[in-house]
Amino acid sequence: MIRVKNLYKSFDNVDVLKKINAKFEKGKTNLIIGQSGSGKTVLLKCLLGLLNPDDGKIFFNEISITDLKSKEKRLLRKEMGIVFQSSALFDSMNVQENIIFPLRMFTSKTEEEMLERVNEVIKRVNLINSNNKMPSELSGGMQKRVAIARAIVMNPKFLFCDEPNSGLDPKTAIIIDNLIQEITKEYEITTVINTHDMNSVMEIGENIIFLKDGIKEWDGTNKNIYNANNAHFDEFVYSSEILKKAKELMK
Amino acid sequence: MKIIKKIGSYFLMLQKIFGKFTKWSVLRPLIFKDIEVLILGSIGIVAFISFFVGGVVAIQTALNMSNPLIPRNLIGYATRQSVILEFAPTFMSIIMAGKVGSYITSSIGTMRVTEQIDALEVMGINTYNYLIFPKIVALLLYPFVITFSMFLGIFGGYIASVYGGFCSSALFIEGIQIEFIPFHVRYAFIKTIIFSFLLATIPAYHGYYLKGGALQVGKASTTSFVWTSVVIIFVNYMITQILLT
Repeated sequence: MIRVKNLYKSFDNVDVLKKINAKFEKGKTNLIIGQSGSGKTVLLKCLLGLLNPDDGKIFFNEISITDLKSKEKRLLRKEMGIVFQSSALFDSMNVQENIIFPLRMFTSKTEEEMLERVNEVIKRVNLINSNNKMPSELSGGMQKRVAIARAIVMNPKFLFCDEPNSGLDPKTAIIIDNLIQEITKEYEITTVINTHDMNSVMEIGENIIFLKDGIKEWDGTNKNIYNANNAHFDEFVYSSEILKKAKELMK
Repeated sequence: MKIIKKIGSYFLMLQKIFGKFTKWSVLRPLIFKDIEVLILGSIGIVAFISFFVGGVVAIQTALNMSNPLIPRNLIGYATRQSVILEFAPTFMSIIMAGKVGSYITSSIGTMRVTEQIDALEVMGINTYNYLIFPKIVALLLYPFVITFSMFLGIFGGYIASVYGGFCSSALFIEGIQIEFIPFHVRYAFIKTIIFSFLLATIPAYHGYYLKGGALQVGKASTTSFVWTSVVIIFVNYMITQILLT
């Protein structure tokens, strides 16, 4: 579980995160949603330790990442997996080398053991017969699968996804969303997903926090979105005509 | 103020490169790959430029010797001194700042804009060591490139002088041997080792701290070339002042 307490971050005197309090639960797909510029990416980067908050605390299973020294932070990071918006695959390596990379860096497994584990995760994300392909030869959806495989190869306790289905067609996006949710349940991971895709929110939003101008304005699940009593949240969720009509029908 | 901040962050980067070391089994292939790209990949252009510039130095010296009292072996002497003292170590390094430097900046810069460096950092890797250290090690072979450049520069001068009819083979060879001071070669290699470190780290700094997108990668490569050249010329002046005066 991850707990965020009074998190505050500013850049050049502009407040980006204003006293955020949130809880991201184990075994659930936790979503951070909000418009572009609402502070989602900054919050995710603070969780990852890529940005240091100006104030507040972040607890990973009661360990405060904000108080850790860089060496301890590095150890904690070995328990994290991340899927970047751009997939961030190493373009000089093929699929197999990309996935095996964390194992080579941090384990003393033999080549055979590493390959066995790689084939296991490749099978899990349905990427068979792609081991020798370079990232540039893969479609957007396949690149995301490789990124997910690389993120879970070390059996992480925490999985972070920054807009995992951006640039994907709606059908592939839902497949990727479901894959992340299945993996979260299967491996009992605390998954945090940063998104502004309403399909993802409806499909896998087990625990949602909504940010608006750096303030957490709403939290809940995809089940109680229709009962949310927040004007900004309603404005964000029902931004298109079709969703407005859906809401009227629901009523 | 901004420049002082940048110099400060450059030195902090140097400190971090030698911080937590990446596993040798991971680092070794990266070093070999960088040797192939940065050193072996530069041999062709180094050979071409050295040979022809050495030839031009010899021809220019010959054409400017209007006084018949000046011995013709001066052509060999001037070619040797120019090539060993300045052309091979300094000007070849400036050319390499364009070739090797822009490669380093753009490869690291592209990794930065495509979030590959963030991915490495999140894995708990010392990205400074992983990305920059292999380049520093690969460029330790740079003095061999400069040795090759010195040889080809003088050889180019020999071919241009002898086959251009400016002096005989015996006179040129006599010229390259007269008043030879071994310390000049040592001075050239001291410079070369320092330049090789600058060639690896200044472009790496510009790539690593790049902000923005693809356009900024191009801009950073240009900036890195300018700064590497400026620093090489300044350091060259300082070393010359310290070692030769």
